[in-house]
Amino acid sequence: MALHAPPKLERYADIPYEEKERLFQEVKADPRFPDYLYGCYECGICVAACPSARFYDFSPRKIAQTLAREDVELFFYQLNEDVWNCSQCFSCNRCPRGNSPGGLITIMREVAVRNGLRSAKEALEGYSRVIYKIMATGTQVSPDMIQADAFPDWGPVAKETADNLELWRKALPPETMHTTSTAWEVSEQTLTELYLIWHMTGVMDMIKEVDEGLHMILLDVMEELLEERGYALAE
Amino acid sequence: MSIHAKQAEGPLGKERVFKRDPDLPLSEDIRDLVFELEAEGEWIVQRVPEPYVEVPRKDGRAKKVPLQHTWHHKSCGQCGHIPGYSTAIFWLHRKLGLEYDDPKDQTSCTGWNYYASATSNAAAQAAVAVRNFAAAYVTGFFPLIHCGTSYGHYKEVREELVKHPELRAQVREIMAKLGKPLVMPEEIVHYSEWVYAVRHEIAARKVYDCREIVVTVHPACHYYKLVQGDAIYDPDIYGGQRTAVVTAVAKALGAQVKDYSTWFDCCGFGFRHILVQRDFTRSFAVNRKIETMLEEAKPDVVLTHDTGCVTTLDKSQFAAQVHNKKVGVPVMSEAQFAALAMGAHPYRVCQLHWHAADYRPLLEKMGIDWKEKWQEFEEDLERIRRGEKDYLTWEDVDAEIPARHFLQVS
Repeated sequence: MALHAPPKLERYADIPYEEKERLFQEVKADPRFPDYLYGCYECGICVAACPSARFYDFSPRKIAQTLAREDVELFFYQLNEDVWNCSQCFSCNRCPRGNSPGGLITIMREVAVRNGLRSAKEALEGYSRVIYKIMATGTQVSPDMIQADAFPDWGPVAKETADNLELWRKALPPETMHTTSTAWEVSEQTLTELYLIWHMTGVMDMIKEVDEGLHMILLDVMEELLEERGYALAE
Repeated sequence: MSIHAKQAEGPLGKERVFKRDPDLPLSEDIRDLVFELEAEGEWIVQRVPEPYVEVPRKDGRAKKVPLQHTWHHKSCGQCGHIPGYSTAIFWLHRKLGLEYDDPKDQTSCTGWNYYASATSNAAAQAAVAVRNFAAAYVTGFFPLIHCGTSYGHYKEVREELVKHPELRAQVREIMAKLGKPLVMPEEIVHYSEWVYAVRHEIAARKVYDCREIVVTVHPACHYYKLVQGDAIYDPDIYGGQRTAVVTAVAKALGAQVKDYSTWFDCCGFGFRHILVQRDFTRSFAVNRKIETMLEEAKPDVVLTHDTGCVTTLDKSQFAAQVHNKKVGVPVMSEAQFAALAMGAHPYRVCQLHWHAADYRPLLEKMGIDWKEKWQEFEEDLERIRRGEKDYLTWEDVDAEIPARHFLQVS
């Protein structure tokens, strides 16, 4: 009888091993990797502390063990199926060995985004407007995000806030907070500098890999301000 | 400096003595490395301005917390969705007569998005951090960070910049292109550390009796789990076994802080989950936190010290009612609670109408007439609506303070 890979791993059997190995090496090459992984005692303290492990079929211990054992097949499975369940609370930093499974997952997610993996695109579906908000305005959430249809589970306060938004924002004593489309007033010079940071650090390339439409919208918004301020973006 | 632990009530209510072994070497102090890099000409270290208070850290060292001349690194989740959180922090400064700066030359740390989507990288995150640090430096005011995630993330960034010269070089080049110096603050300070540092000044000015108020505390993960050594641990609070911020403030105000078994658990925020996978967030927040607190401690209020925790624990309760879950406890920051105790207006300052869980029973128990206060606020809104006022201003709010008590600083 022929040996078979466990059913979970079979899902990715058509992906060449070399490609899985390439992504594994990309994770391992991150300068933070040696700071986040020192082996694993297999004690399970990280799992006991992990909120996602209580809700999903998810284990920070398995992430650390897989990377420590350099199990490329299981790594690729976790890269696609597990990493987006992590809450990034870093309760797992309680590890007595000094590991940071949450930190390892941050690196794995970055690699998934940078390489435009389909699983990353799926995980971020519905989240694009938030990426747009932080990258284009400099604040992650804004008062006008609170809409009754977007947050029905927050109860009547969501509708009441949305209905009275402009008035309630004017009734805030700090003058920086009279805004509705940003959390506070961010100066244009500040925003210009933020846009330059996104371009100079390769973040725009990451966005292109994971959401081309969002990338085009962001480029338009950024180009307008940067050109106004005397910066020309190279193609 | 070593902490001299003394007898204190431990988490389980037993008298315990915990004392650091004086022969045990302390772990590496990142601040030493930060200063070494300054000596080598790598960056400028912005000193904590005097006067400051020295508070005890988990690793046995002392941390300098500036009292004033602080540059307020605001939180997008606080300013955007729970604006009374930020306003209460500012109000406490004003009430204590301490100077601060509320800048427009500030972006979010972008950490919420990074932990949610990973659509960024170490260089970008470090550049955003040091751009904000440089913006603070040129004002002469020292960064005071409102968000727990920004605080934890900036400490992560500090470690990465110290450990990785190639990252430092990349970020220095970016800052040069922006025409800014590369600056690292001497300390990374969270607002809750400042509230802890001035808690006795706050308590001395309280106008409402908090002795009957039962409080449960949720310590924020990114405050004390992400980078752990310099979170505040005080031998007088939980015997030095848990972070002291928030709890020390509630105790100083005379409230009854009660324990519950899932105190270490995260709130369930999850970064991406709170926005687009809220089934996880709601379930965790209610099942592991709110319901447990209500069953074990019956709190009048849940106090915490981070953006995501207030949002998650407050907003997750409504939908759980259909499952007959035990919910219905107000959630706010310790800054809002301290401000209320000092007589801050629950709507003009603490902006409690943005909160979802019913806070009115708490106000009634504290002796605050919320109906009268809401009427006053409605009149403010009406004046704005009629065009008699453009905005509610600090002058309007400060006018409520009968006599300013200035904190004695030396």
